[in-house]
Amino acid sequence: MQFLRRKTFAHGVHPPDNKENTNTKSVRRMAFAPELIIPLSQHFGAPAVPTVYEGQEVVRGEPIAKANGFISIPHHAPATGTIDRIELMQTARGPKTESIILKVTPGASQNVLYGSTREIADMTPQEIISAVQDSGIIGLGGAGFPTHVKLTVPKGHTVDTVLINGCECEPYLTTDHRVMLESVRDLIVGIRIILKSVGAERAIIGIEENKRDAIKAIRARLSPDEAITVRELKTKYPQGAEKILIKTILNREVPSGGYPSSAGVAVYNVSTSSQLGALLPYNQGLIERIVTITGPGVKKPGNYLIALGTPLRFVMEQVGYTGSANHLILGGPMMGTSVASLDVPVTKTVSAVLVLTEQEEAEQIPEKVYPCIKCGACVRACPIHLNPSQLTLLASKRRYGDMQEKFHLNDCFECGCCSYVCPSGIPLVQYFRIAKAVNRENRERIA
Amino acid sequence: MAKQTVELRTSPHIRKAPSVDEIMRNVVYALIPICLFAIYQFGISALALIIVVTGSCLLTEAFFCRMSGKPNTINDYSGAITGMLLALTLPPGFPLWMGVVAGFIAIGLGKTLFGGLGYNVLNPALIGRAFVQAAFPAAITTWTPAFAPGRFVEFIPSTLALPFTKPPSIESWLQGVAIDGFSGATPLALQKFENISTDTMSLFTGMTPGSVGEGSALLILICGSYLIIRNMMDWRIPAAMLLGVLLTSGAFFMIDAVKYPDPLFVLFSGGLMLGAIFMASDMVASPVTPRGVLIYGLFIGFLTVIIRLFGGQAEGVMYAILLGNAASPLIEAVTQPRIYGAQKKVKSEQ
Repeated sequence: MQFLRRKTFAHGVHPPDNKENTNTKSVRRMAFAPELIIPLSQHFGAPAVPTVYEGQEVVRGEPIAKANGFISIPHHAPATGTIDRIELMQTARGPKTESIILKVTPGASQNVLYGSTREIADMTPQEIISAVQDSGIIGLGGAGFPTHVKLTVPKGHTVDTVLINGCECEPYLTTDHRVMLESVRDLIVGIRIILKSVGAERAIIGIEENKRDAIKAIRARLSPDEAITVRELKTKYPQGAEKILIKTILNREVPSGGYPSSAGVAVYNVSTSSQLGALLPYNQGLIERIVTITGPGVKKPGNYLIALGTPLRFVMEQVGYTGSANHLILGGPMMGTSVASLDVPVTKTVSAVLVLTEQEEAEQIPEKVYPCIKCGACVRACPIHLNPSQLTLLASKRRYGDMQEKFHLNDCFECGCCSYVCPSGIPLVQYFRIAKAVNRENRERIA
Repeated sequence: MAKQTVELRTSPHIRKAPSVDEIMRNVVYALIPICLFAIYQFGISALALIIVVTGSCLLTEAFFCRMSGKPNTINDYSGAITGMLLALTLPPGFPLWMGVVAGFIAIGLGKTLFGGLGYNVLNPALIGRAFVQAAFPAAITTWTPAFAPGRFVEFIPSTLALPFTKPPSIESWLQGVAIDGFSGATPLALQKFENISTDTMSLFTGMTPGSVGEGSALLILICGSYLIIRNMMDWRIPAAMLLGVLLTSGAFFMIDAVKYPDPLFVLFSGGLMLGAIFMASDMVASPVTPRGVLIYGLFIGFLTVIIRLFGGQAEGVMYAILLGNAASPLIEAVTQPRIYGAQKKVKSEQ
């Protein structure tokens, strides 16, 4: 009776999920900002190359930058308007990035004027993969890996099972949840497209038990003989991490340093899948995404459909701040990035904007960092079964090489469980990031 | 509108863990009932000893922090725990000045010398006790009866010995309090040297002579459960250690039930419960790996029984734990967890 058992994985943590502010709110479209900023690099891989000139008029959905090679994606105009300029702009990732600035025509239509219908059933897997690249879709869960690359199964590997990630295990986030409630049709179409292009027989949608309504909604749309099934999982962080999801549902492990396809699996986020289903049949590009805007610092929390490139300042003006908001996080509280400036745009990987207030902040910042007391809480929390305590000890001695060679530093995917449970308030994940960066630099120097 | 300043921090942006001083404070709370019971058992001598030893530990810590120009760390309660635990392992009539020495050694030699909290290799309280065991072998094996009349108004004579003097004999005082059949030996010593067994139930509830805090195994278990329920102690260590004791002593008991004590007696006598729950579980000096914790506990349990049965002394918990502490880096090194994806599990490719 395996299908009745709720599945989970060893270790991990249970942060309060704080989703109740937005999980019942339907997706609402946000107005166009007067100016949109589209960074050429919003993804993993080579930046796109602009195909427009300053002063050119573009319509909503028209390509404005093309992919530069296979591991790269194009971008499309999120609104009808005029290309104002192409210059270096600030992004949430830190360094300034070449970006296209689009002046939106006042009163521009929400309708997508670009694209044409086509029959997916008539397309070969190869054609689908290049169509996915043309649509500019990347992993919308936050990783930002181009989807067409993930759809290309490496030579010598076979994918027998596709996992669709509907866990959304990060606290506060409800974008995937809303997609699973509101866009079931697109989601199922998207999953069929994925199955066809990777050549897998079955797809399993993994959803945490705190989203029973989504499980119900999807099951209601699936016929019994369908290759797609839904699996209810226990609510635990980081259930939605690719490797952890594979372990939980299939009890397979991705070899250290390998790809999911080495284990015969491919994993896609529900938002990504539903965008595939929504865009591919109409030959359209990704120009907007759903973003959860929430946290105690927001007046009108909700799930908003936002045109890509909308500056954060505009977004925040639309939803309203409360007085003491002082910390903006793109993504969830466990793995999201703090933003230094409100002038950064919403990009393809922004799944949420979380606004924390001073009071909340004060509770989260440890008063004082104590030495490691070797309590072992991090060891019992690490979903990869690393020894974070030992890694930190080595990091404090700057033995970054040993961290990698003897203690598997590069298997850490920075989920944050160790820092979350540390009674000494040690920023373990930050230590690991520094170590990884130094190791990377050393490798490059030698190479 | 938002304030002009924005906070920049790296993920994770939330945390939920009791802080170090919160954990340490709760350990102190858990030790308080044990101290109160000890005072009820042994009177003002026990009270004085607990206060003096704890005070000595805190002063030593403050002194060394000042000497090395570090911020004062006595507020994190870890020094207080060392002091309380140390006092609980000493005999009730232990001269106070020797208690001061024990406290000084515990913190000075056992903790600050290594770099303070988190860096000590061995349990500081046991370092202090091991030192006085070697330095004052007579005083540390002089036991006084529990529930002596007048214990709340009168000190045990040896308690008030002047510094650097030999404590006065307590023979006459013992006759004064006149408890029938008191031989000046703990149940462990009675069992070991005279083969007289003590009723397990009175061990369990603490009606026997012994060190200040090793009285009631039941009370210690309850106090330990508090920490375990609040998730501030790794229950695996005491569990593994007690299991190790049961297995080892059970094996000997099966070999020769006359010569060797029965496992329950071993489990509830002496400082075993206090050591298992409050000292072996000391986070700093124990391994962090899941399998390491198990081996560490079993190892200490095994050693305790071996020392008790075949060593020169009646009690073996202290040395067993110190040896366990010393072995824990090694144990940790050989029990590193198997990481996710470490073994290739590739499907056969058709």
